[in-house]
Amino acid sequence: MNQLRNFTKGLLRENPILVMVLGTCPTLATTSSSLNGMGMGFATTFVLIGSNVVISLLSKVIPDKVRIPAFIVVIASFVTVVDLVMQAYVPDLYLTLGIFIPLIVVNCIVLGRAEAFASKNSVWSSFIDGAGMGLGFTLALGILGAFREVLGSGAIFGHKFIQGDGILVFILAPGAFIALGYMIALVNKIKQN
Amino acid sequence: MANTESTFRNMTLSLTLIAVVSSALLGFVYEATKEPIALSNLDKKLDAIRQVVPEFTNNPNDEMFLLPTGEGDSLEVFPAKQGDEVIGYAVNTFTNRGFSGNISLMAGFKPDGTIINVMVLEHKETPGLGTKMTEPEFKDQFINKNPADFGLKVKKDGGTVDAITAATISSRAFCDAVQRAYNTLQKGGIK
Repeated sequence: MNQLRNFTKGLLRENPILVMVLGTCPTLATTSSSLNGMGMGFATTFVLIGSNVVISLLSKVIPDKVRIPAFIVVIASFVTVVDLVMQAYVPDLYLTLGIFIPLIVVNCIVLGRAEAFASKNSVWSSFIDGAGMGLGFTLALGILGAFREVLGSGAIFGHKFIQGDGILVFILAPGAFIALGYMIALVNKIKQN
Repeated sequence: MANTESTFRNMTLSLTLIAVVSSALLGFVYEATKEPIALSNLDKKLDAIRQVVPEFTNNPNDEMFLLPTGEGDSLEVFPAKQGDEVIGYAVNTFTNRGFSGNISLMAGFKPDGTIINVMVLEHKETPGLGTKMTEPEFKDQFINKNPADFGLKVKKDGGTVDAITAATISSRAFCDAVQRAYNTLQKGGIK
């Protein structure tokens, strides 16, 4: 497969959030600001690349019937690594994202890519696939976060540009659904043309 | 797909191997990050003490002592001194009434019980909502209040604290933790 196409498919054509609508739980929960969303995105990207590479290496050796538990062990290990490293070196971000870091284990994008792509493709393609999907995820979360931050708290990247409160609903869960809905609609429009 | 047949032997072997290798890797990362994590926690603690009690000349972390809460456990109290005179206490307090899990706070009191400042050390509250309790807008209302005559409860519960919009539970938990620190100091005979 053409590696460039393989990489860019995660950005728009098969974007995990905006097209496949996978992993919406952390998406809705952590995008109350742009930086939170992007932090979550990068953590997930690391896990995606790591688990994709390892699983594609091991796919020939793991018997089919136990492949899911084996994949989960690999994914859980990478998540724990991210958890510990973030706790050590970016304690502030770790504090904000809190419970959603360990919950990357159950993010369907990660297992989804392992099962649908990494277990059937070469190590290099799986690496590219993980990077593309991760970047697409990060982009979607960053944009969604920025949108909600601007409307909800009148700030961008933590810098307030209007005084007082924003539109509270955009910080709350319903605002995440509304904003994500419009983003998906927009992407559908773009894809049609 | 897999070339290995799904026999019992192969399945057990491959799963065991993967688990062993993963545990080894995790053990390694745990050891490698243990020190930075401890350091960043200690940093956070000292930083928090510095924020919640006025300038001190001693090392509060070395003079830390435990005071029983009367509920079966005890809190860490860090005395802040200028010379030999105690000018305040920083209390590492907690609450288990958070919206999601425990919240750990550092609360600073003057010797007469007046709150100097409060810092949130650790929490798992909802990003963008409960996390607002770490911001000055909410916690500044506790500064210079004495819990003896300041109702440490949100207005909904008949107190005097303005709760964070859409995060009443987190606000309640915050009050609960500060109250616990205050009660413990009082019970410990420290006024």
